[in-house]
Amino acid sequence: MSVRVFLMLLCMVGAAFGQGFAGLDQKTEGFSLPLAGKALVYPKDHGAHPDYRVEWWYVTANLRGADGTDYGAQWTLFRTSLAPGGGTGWSTPQLWMGHAAVTTGTQHFVAERLARGGIGQAGVGLEPFSAWIDSWQLAGKVAANADAISRLDMTASGPDFSYALQLNAKGPVVLQGLNGYSVKSAQGQASYYYSQPSYDVSGTLNLPGGTVQVTGKAWLDHEWSSQPLAPGQTGWDWFSLHFDSGEKLMGFRLRDAGAGFTSATWIAADGRPEAQSPGSLTVTPLKTESVAGRTLPTRWRIELPAHGIDVTTTALNPNAWMATQIPYWEGPVRFKGSKSGEGYVEMTGYE
Amino acid sequence: MIMTAFKALLSHWMRKPGQLVTLVVGLSLATSLWTGVKAINAEATASYDQAAATLGQDQLTQLVRADGERMDQQTYVDLRRAGWLLSPVLEGEVRFGTVRLRVLGIDPLTMPPQAQSVGLAGSGDLLEFITFPGLAYVGPETAARLVDQQTPPLKSMKGIPPGTVITDIGQAQRLLKVPGKISRLLVWKTQIQNLVPVTAIASDLVLREPGQASDFSRLTDSFHLNLTAFGYLAFLVGLFIVYSAIGLAFEQRRSMFRTLRALGVPLRTLIAVLIAELLVMSLVAGLIGVALGYLVAAILLPDVASTLQGLYGVNVSGTLAFRPSWWLAGLGIAVGGTLIASAQNLLQVWTMPILAPAQPRAWATAAARTRFWQGIGATVLLVSALALMMFGQGLIAGFAILGTMMLGASLALPLLLSSFLTLGERLARKPIAVWFWADTRQQLSGQSMALMALLLALATNVGVGTMVSSFRQTFVSYLDQRLASELYVSGRTEAEADAMRAWLQPRSEAVLPIWSVERKVAGQPAQIYGVVDHETYRKNWPMLSAVPDVWEKLARGDGVLINEQLSHRQKLNPGSAIALPEEWQSQVLGVYSDYGNPIGQVIVGFDQLNQHFKDVIKLRYGIRVQPDKATALAEDLRKQFDLPATNIVNQADLKKFSLDVFERTFTVTTALNVLTLGVAAIAMFASLMTLAEMRLPQLAPVWAMGLTRRRLAVLEFLRSLMLAALTLVAALPLGLALAWILLSIVNVEAFGWRLPMYIFPAQWAWLGLLGLLASAMAAAFPVRRLAHIAPSDLLKVFANER
Repeated sequence: MSVRVFLMLLCMVGAAFGQGFAGLDQKTEGFSLPLAGKALVYPKDHGAHPDYRVEWWYVTANLRGADGTDYGAQWTLFRTSLAPGGGTGWSTPQLWMGHAAVTTGTQHFVAERLARGGIGQAGVGLEPFSAWIDSWQLAGKVAANADAISRLDMTASGPDFSYALQLNAKGPVVLQGLNGYSVKSAQGQASYYYSQPSYDVSGTLNLPGGTVQVTGKAWLDHEWSSQPLAPGQTGWDWFSLHFDSGEKLMGFRLRDAGAGFTSATWIAADGRPEAQSPGSLTVTPLKTESVAGRTLPTRWRIELPAHGIDVTTTALNPNAWMATQIPYWEGPVRFKGSKSGEGYVEMTGYE
Repeated sequence: MIMTAFKALLSHWMRKPGQLVTLVVGLSLATSLWTGVKAINAEATASYDQAAATLGQDQLTQLVRADGERMDQQTYVDLRRAGWLLSPVLEGEVRFGTVRLRVLGIDPLTMPPQAQSVGLAGSGDLLEFITFPGLAYVGPETAARLVDQQTPPLKSMKGIPPGTVITDIGQAQRLLKVPGKISRLLVWKTQIQNLVPVTAIASDLVLREPGQASDFSRLTDSFHLNLTAFGYLAFLVGLFIVYSAIGLAFEQRRSMFRTLRALGVPLRTLIAVLIAELLVMSLVAGLIGVALGYLVAAILLPDVASTLQGLYGVNVSGTLAFRPSWWLAGLGIAVGGTLIASAQNLLQVWTMPILAPAQPRAWATAAARTRFWQGIGATVLLVSALALMMFGQGLIAGFAILGTMMLGASLALPLLLSSFLTLGERLARKPIAVWFWADTRQQLSGQSMALMALLLALATNVGVGTMVSSFRQTFVSYLDQRLASELYVSGRTEAEADAMRAWLQPRSEAVLPIWSVERKVAGQPAQIYGVVDHETYRKNWPMLSAVPDVWEKLARGDGVLINEQLSHRQKLNPGSAIALPEEWQSQVLGVYSDYGNPIGQVIVGFDQLNQHFKDVIKLRYGIRVQPDKATALAEDLRKQFDLPATNIVNQADLKKFSLDVFERTFTVTTALNVLTLGVAAIAMFASLMTLAEMRLPQLAPVWAMGLTRRRLAVLEFLRSLMLAALTLVAALPLGLALAWILLSIVNVEAFGWRLPMYIFPAQWAWLGLLGLLASAMAAAFPVRRLAHIAPSDLLKVFANER
């Protein structure tokens, strides 16, 4: 979802200095561009890529309490470069933004953090892997020969909530698109994009009502890019689905004046990815509701005929609104149809 | 009936417009000076508040180091990583060319909403802001001052206090040469749950609650107190005028009051109507006064602003805003003052028997009793002044001494004059002389208020004049000592300064570094200078007290020198231990005078300065060279390094500049001084004018006995001059006492320096001449009228009811 984060990061800068979306047509001069066919190398590519304009580490978790109650948790670290180049100190052009959320059937808790790169307040370190902003962390806990992100401690806290979750990967890292080169538009905008979709999760949520022990599944995305939105693209709908039968699906639709641009990756139960050709995924809003003064789809029909998928999602909490400086909708869903399961949906650009 | 009564009362003013003018002019003048001072103070306070409110410091709790030092940036990162929502601020002073500004370094990403009042939003590019050379946000006034100076790219924005630069914290660290340092942390109002206590992470940090008094307002308190004192003095003098004018109006309308009462106007109604009349007049006069006060303040404010900048380094806006705080107060004091001044008269009307004789008695009958109470009042006030002088402490006590002494002395004046006149009367033999003395004495009570006003104005003039001149004389000889080097040069960068030093070494007798840091010593801002061991200092430094071999010991690092201000405030003397920043314990070797500088100063050995502080500003040097070669050397240096003219200053220019700053400091004082004297002159004029009218009954019999009008006029003129001259004589010792209190008590408390007192008899002569001239002018008009009065008017005295 480079588009989504790109939008966000520009807005984040904009929000601090009031320029809004004026930076959207910034040129990519000086930044590196994703190249098809370049192999990703771990653990190096788990870390930050300061020569690219935007990057994020994005975890969504579908959780369940001992009493069977559903919860969702989100942990996100965004990085944006105002100019190419890293370095240390205040004048580093790297900015960081953290979003954390916990969703229950009736409530949605959100917190946001901003930080400058170069002073140690936020960043991503390797060996062991660690992504952090302030006290929020995604900390690697692994033996030397395992993948650096296969076990993670995930913590975040806001004024009215906090969580501490342990993530344990049951499958391999999955490259999205063409070996990690993910195309975002017909004009060729692209990003590097890989996921770890197979975490088992256990831990605690601290909510105003008390502490809740939870278990569940989590999905991590790591994506980086330098290219702006294609002209005319206004927002996107993004889906990550865990099928009860063990397979997984990542799909997104970039909206424009026409039919939009869709893309999907089918992930077999053993973690083997199968990139779907653009347009083969169809997503259709079935029901809209008024959320935070906007009209948003809260039920979706998702079709991927190649794998016989035709399911309908239902939001755990239709008001999973991220009231951050760049607001968007992000929340856990359950789905039924040709297969059943759970997942996360993200919707941006609904004005 | 009320309207009729009102009209009848007002008709008095129609018949005596001069009295009305006197009353309104006196009251509005007094109000104007008071309001002007109040407006200036309000503007300054607003500037301090604005500075204090920058970055929400008035609303947000802050974390600072207990010792006032800057903290390490890592402390901030550690606290953030422990979950604390904080935003760093770096603060310090930077000189851009010749302009010295307060730099505030901020981190726009973590600023709490309350701190964003500056409104950087909507105007800039974050990348430009955080990367070299950064962006400097300044107010429009500051932007204008920075034209032609070397600064980071400027952005002008309203709402930033004058003299303040807001820039990114990284750029501020570079400008202030304190990499990795932070002054304080703004604490967000909302924090996460279950936070680790701050002290567990950084034990040397303490919380500072929002809205604690800024250093500015403490520093400048004395200055504003000074102005306020002047404002009250002017108002007091003005009230004397009002008192005379109103008293006269009441006396002259006694018959009218009686008639109105006899016609059936109830006493309550009469009093109410009188109060209404006073309210209307005082409101009108108050409005005029406030308008004039605005004018006074607007004219004086630029000087006040530059004084505060020069003296305290604080920035006050040079433009005046129309604030309710002072114009309402101005109106209030005009109305309140009028009511107080007329309370006695209203009481008299209240208790006046309806059939009392309607004689205007020129205040003569009750004179003896009044004098008795004046004597008691004067004694009480003067004794308390003495007591305060012996037991009082602090600036407020200093001003209280001034107040009680001045009031007590003015109350004593009529007693003094009357004793003198009684003596004159006893010594007189010829009938006209005896009449002259007796009549003068009788007239005294009518004129005493005006004379008291004159006394206050003259004494203040003598006192303030003596203080300023003493200060000036001391300051000039002090500058000769302090500014011993022939040239003062500063590089634009440290590298350039270094190169200049190397270039100058073989071409001069000595190159003396003037390197310094700004820190807090004993919790107050202070400058710390390092000096090399050189005979320039040994020969010239204005030392007040010191241990033996002070310069050798200083060079060895055995101790430090401190200025008189620091010595006075912290009670430090040679031999005392002193705690310096960076955990440096030392001892005081000597105390030197440092006039014109409000803050503390410490001089340490050159090597010690560089050992203890990493952020030493290494740009300035003093150059010793043969005086006749100084100009040529300056020219060569300028060419060699292509320096702007402001970077090389010769001794004479620097002295001139220092003296200019000095002169400006007292511009306001002098201006208020002259204005107060003006008010006093008007008081004289007013009282003489009104007395002239009332004196006809006293003069007519003398005229009837054969004295010509001309002779009478001459006698009247002489009488006025004599009273003025006597007041002048009394004002002299009072003024000197005032000067002594200002120099030895108020200045010491306010600025921390004691000044020797010099006397300037020539000044007194001028002032005496001026005072006599003012009195002569005030007396001339009524006397002229008397000389040409129609004999029928004098005859009427015998015909009409009195």
